[in-house]
Amino acid sequence: MSTSWPLWEVFVRGKRGLNHVHVGSLHAPDAEMALRNARDVYTRRNEGVSIWVVPAAAITASSPDEKDPFFSPSGDKVYRHPTFYSIPEDVPHL
Amino acid sequence: MSFDNAYESLLGHEDSHWAFGTGFSEALSGVNREFPAGVDRDDIATYCLMLGDDALIFSQRLSEWCSRAPELEEDIALANIALDLLGQARMLLTRAGEVLGKSEDDLAYLRDEREFRNVHLAEIDCGPGPGGDFGTTIARLLVFSSWRLALFSRLRGSADPVLAAVAEKGLKELAYHRDHAAQWTVRLGDGTDESHRRMQAGLERVWPFVDELFATHPVEARLAGVAVDPASLKSEVDGVLEAVFSAAGLSRPADTRAARVAGMAGRDGVHTEAMGYLLAEMQHLHRSLPGAVW
Repeated sequence: MSTSWPLWEVFVRGKRGLNHVHVGSLHAPDAEMALRNARDVYTRRNEGVSIWVVPAAAITASSPDEKDPFFSPSGDKVYRHPTFYSIPEDVPHL
Repeated sequence: MSFDNAYESLLGHEDSHWAFGTGFSEALSGVNREFPAGVDRDDIATYCLMLGDDALIFSQRLSEWCSRAPELEEDIALANIALDLLGQARMLLTRAGEVLGKSEDDLAYLRDEREFRNVHLAEIDCGPGPGGDFGTTIARLLVFSSWRLALFSRLRGSADPVLAAVAEKGLKELAYHRDHAAQWTVRLGDGTDESHRRMQAGLERVWPFVDELFATHPVEARLAGVAVDPASLKSEVDGVLEAVFSAAGLSRPADTRAARVAGMAGRDGVHTEAMGYLLAEMQHLHRSLPGAVW
């Protein structure tokens, strides 16, 4: 039966979180049940205030084979980080 | 905290890690535990046992599905519901124990069958063992949670501050239990021929035990203002169940009534054959090793 239920990826926004974070995956027959299963599996210890579920099949992922062309070119470009500026103490979320 | 990245804020500002949850609150903290004037305390204790035993015994039944449900996700869902009910049972047995001079553990583990006050619907065996079925368990959960939700929504106005607080807390839990049962009832009833047949069979199996839910017990009648008269819940619960049955393409079973013994049933401590086996499993550890803890 497990094989007949599609896989869903679960994203939870924590109490103080700014954005939804991927927490894991689960099986469910449809979106409504996936949401409820996610509530039971991933927020039972009072972790969340909002849940997204996404069909795993709907996610297009980068391939490990493409790792080098995808990510290596940015490895030596430290100047792309805004670390050369001084950030005022009273500016949060930067 | 520097807020260098978005994830830092997820981790929270104190030691407790976000993944384990934060902001827990103690149930019933600050609730006045005085008993209301003008009512018999023994009646309040009995009433707390009725509602507490319903939750305790049904919790025990639901927990039997742990590792046996159709899916891991459903294992956890049913276990969560069982734990919610166990929490309700603990508060209610503790309240009864304040009158009876016993602890919640004394009441859960050291009473005999005739001293339990739960309705038969909570105790009958709907699986996962032989003769049971997931559809039957969902049928019982739908009926039980619809009834208890209606009961608790009225119990919030109880003259007993503890009962009112238990009801306020339990209401949100029961709303989820009913939703979970209704979601499954619709999927099974409106699913395949096989799932429809088994969901309908589940309703037929539990229906003889529905009548008892709405029968007013003398203790409830004496506790006007403290207890809820279950007869007053019938039309609301019927309406909820009709709506779910209609969405699920199921038919409401014909009204039948399980046999009583000299007019007595669960509220009087008269139980079905299944109850003894359930208690044996639930109580044997505590009775073999008194005071055993995790």
